[in-house]
Amino acid sequence: MNLFEYTISELRRLLVRKELSPTELTEALFSRIAEVEPKINAYNYINHERAIERAKTVNVDLPLGGIPIAIKDNINVRAEPCRCASKILEGYLSPYNATVIEKLIKAGAILVGRTNMDEFAMGSSTENSATGLTKNPWDLQRVPGGSSGGSAAAVASHEAFCALGSDTGGSIRQPASFCGCVGLKPTYGRVSRYGLTAFASSLDQIGPLTKTVEDAALLLEVISGFDPNDNTSEKMPVPRFSELLETLSLKNMVLGVPKEYFIEGIDGEVREAINKAIAHFESLGAKIEEVSLPHTPYAVATYYILATAEASANLARFDGIRYGRRSKHYEDLLDYYGKTRDEGFGSEVKRRILLGTYVLSSGYYDAYYLRALKVKEKIKQDFSSVFKKCQALLTPTSPFCAFRIGEKSNDPLQMYLADIFTIAVNLAGICGLSIPCGQSTEGLPIGLQIIGPAWKEEVILALGHLYQKSTGWKPPIPPLEKT
Amino acid sequence: MEYEAIIGLEVHVQLKTQTKLFCGCPIEYGALPNSRVCPICLGLPGALPSPNKQAIILTIQTGLMLGSEIAPRGKFDRKNYFYPDMPKNYQISQYDQPLCKGGAVQLYPLAFPKDAQKDPQAQSRKKIRLVRIHLEEDVGKSFHFGDYSGIDFNRAGTPLMEIVSEADIRSPEEAFAYLTALRQILRYGNVSDCDMEKGQLRCDVNVSVKPIGEEKWGTKCEIKNLNSISAVRKALKYEIQRQIHILELGGEISQETLRWDDLKGQTFPMRTKEYAHDYRYFPDPDLLTILTEGELIEEAQKRIPELPEEKKQRLSQHYGLTEYQASVLASDPQLADFFEKAAAQSANKVSVANFLINDYLAVASESETAIPIPPEYFSELSNLVDQGKLHMKQAKEIVKLMVTEKKSPTLIVQEKGLAQITSLDTLDAICKEAIEANPKSVADYRSGKTAAINAIKGYVMKKTKGQANPKIVHELLEKKLHELG
Ligand SMILES: [Zn+2]
Repeated sequence: MNLFEYTISELRRLLVRKELSPTELTEALFSRIAEVEPKINAYNYINHERAIERAKTVNVDLPLGGIPIAIKDNINVRAEPCRCASKILEGYLSPYNATVIEKLIKAGAILVGRTNMDEFAMGSSTENSATGLTKNPWDLQRVPGGSSGGSAAAVASHEAFCALGSDTGGSIRQPASFCGCVGLKPTYGRVSRYGLTAFASSLDQIGPLTKTVEDAALLLEVISGFDPNDNTSEKMPVPRFSELLETLSLKNMVLGVPKEYFIEGIDGEVREAINKAIAHFESLGAKIEEVSLPHTPYAVATYYILATAEASANLARFDGIRYGRRSKHYEDLLDYYGKTRDEGFGSEVKRRILLGTYVLSSGYYDAYYLRALKVKEKIKQDFSSVFKKCQALLTPTSPFCAFRIGEKSNDPLQMYLADIFTIAVNLAGICGLSIPCGQSTEGLPIGLQIIGPAWKEEVILALGHLYQKSTGWKPPIPPLEKT
Repeated sequence: MEYEAIIGLEVHVQLKTQTKLFCGCPIEYGALPNSRVCPICLGLPGALPSPNKQAIILTIQTGLMLGSEIAPRGKFDRKNYFYPDMPKNYQISQYDQPLCKGGAVQLYPLAFPKDAQKDPQAQSRKKIRLVRIHLEEDVGKSFHFGDYSGIDFNRAGTPLMEIVSEADIRSPEEAFAYLTALRQILRYGNVSDCDMEKGQLRCDVNVSVKPIGEEKWGTKCEIKNLNSISAVRKALKYEIQRQIHILELGGEISQETLRWDDLKGQTFPMRTKEYAHDYRYFPDPDLLTILTEGELIEEAQKRIPELPEEKKQRLSQHYGLTEYQASVLASDPQLADFFEKAAAQSANKVSVANFLINDYLAVASESETAIPIPPEYFSELSNLVDQGKLHMKQAKEIVKLMVTEKKSPTLIVQEKGLAQITSLDTLDAICKEAIEANPKSVADYRSGKTAAINAIKGYVMKKTKGQANPKIVHELLEKKLHELG
């Protein structure tokens, strides 16, 4: 077995017993990157030298001592670019570390580089990137999903052992599902957003992308916790997620299957794989019950009003005055703003800024923004009432498998539907996990989404872990070919 | 036709906190440009605001002092517009849920400009009602150098409290009195130093005029960013006349945003583009709702001091001062404190008050808020006078020296040899000499012109460089002249 195929938990054992040095491990990963990256283009930035320097001195007894990790390009790392895959942040070097980065460094992790994404996390295919496309390791003609497509593709193709992504409407879970790895969106407020370049502040959450659920638990444990620098982070105790994985009993456990998630238009193979996974849980002793989340059909519309409204303000700071790329030819200040932003932002970002500006405009605010806030509450209530009856929900992560590059890029509405099953989790502020649960006949991964109530990550992680253990999950090596 | 003005004020007050509203950067006026900044107040990608509790407490305290209703839940909103000195291109402010609603500022005679204190309007004791008080962040400062501009973000993120009055004000003098009374309360509560030179108190005014008796209000104009209380009065005087003039000529007032040019003494329209905005307010998703009940209100309550009206009454009752004296001393809480400390060690409280009001205030520069000398100097001074060691004229001179040279009155008396000569032996000898040297005056006195004694007395005072105790000299001379038969 090649070193790059290992999971974090396996590597931790080798590192602690000194059977493997962090330097050897990091070098092994870099040779894998050298081999795979030309085909995948998962990274926007790699800092080999810095990683090796760090590997030489890192303490392996720390929780993530010596483990290399890839970071999505929208999370700030001191003295590194944080481009958010945008032209407008060309040449920008961040002067500070995000709270999660501080936590990772304190836990002994080695930062390898920055992963590609849709510009400012807006997209579901990583095609909206100013730094080029990322390919799906299972079929190089297909997208890896998005917006954390670089993180998912890097982990799935074993050019990262683990990665951080961010999830605003499915941006961790959907690419995890497309690439066949594990992705977790924690409860809103579980992980500090300080240093995460904001897309939609009330929905954004940083989370892990890993090869196994066990690894996701390890990583979540490190990055979670109250942060005085993030007013929206919660003073909740952080359970030892990795130690709670085996404690779950399926006896007396009710798993809900929301009927609104099995609609027309869902891919037949996806439906089949999810039903099989549900049956598997049933065979292990769980009680399966159909439930209803009646406001599900409004989730996508609600999301695109709230997220774009917040984004229109969050992205106003990119004006070329203090940092970033600036337009060279302009007449006056207004023209400078216009040209800098016109040249710097891609079309999807512009579309969302316009939409967000519109829904906040006087005369439209009540009809759109205020109404969307009310629907958001309804969606939240939907979940709290089903969670009175069941401990978790099982759904597909995405209605379809990875689509072809260019297939949906000219049809924003089709693209928005890629997140139809993940968006409600963000609106409700609860947690969701995507794990691989089979493949299509074309060999494309299918993702099962396990949704849990707020602050119950240990439940969905334990369910995911149980699934992987009982099905003998081994992180596969994708072909890295065009099919 | 007679016209009346209708005026409302929006006052921005810089709160006296150690650090900015949403980050830990220190607030320091005059620091090197862009040396008091961090990722948060520069609006760098990913940086998030964390509210400064002290700023919220000071705002609530202000509301409590002004009789406002404190909202149980306050919320921060984003006010969106592009401006180079605003790092995020939105300002964190409060839109529909301000921390305080309502309240009032009580006007009093001394708050009016000196030349208007005798006017009937200064005696009215009118209350100017408030609409709201909210908390927001300040922006940076732009500087223009020929063909380029620079921005200093040191001020960006400084906590500002916006106090909005009802349109209850009817004259430039009332506006002046409102600001003076408001500033007094803010200084009392140690909420802000309100140093206008440092931009700690800035003011926007809305003004319209209408013929007296008319129901319908006129079109209002807004004058932005006035940075002194006297500028507010001047700008309003000018603007009211301008509007009346237009109406008298049968013209129409157009709704405009104006700026005041203090040098030219005129208002000018601002480019309307700059202020024609749809601010697209929405709740800031980075900040939680502020729950004021409990700790925040309790902390604010603890900070509320004795307020100006209470202090005036207590000073006049406890120290036997006139209403005027109490009012002057209470105009500045530091001055009042200073007085109380000085009075504590003096037998003659009224004399201490008089020295402060009549002599000290004339010497001290107006902007000086902290009194640079110990209060004991004034008790010492009044005691020296009471003991007959100084006469009044000397004491007044000494007040000047105390302030400029920062020395105690006893030391000044010693250094300048100012002590009165009270020794009978010394004075007796000089008086004898004076009588011998002024035979004409002596003859006049003896013939019944008693005023002639002053000439002889003048000789003594001259001889002693004014240090002889005039009372003792008078008595000695009378005695000696009578002895002469
Ligand atoms: Zn700062």
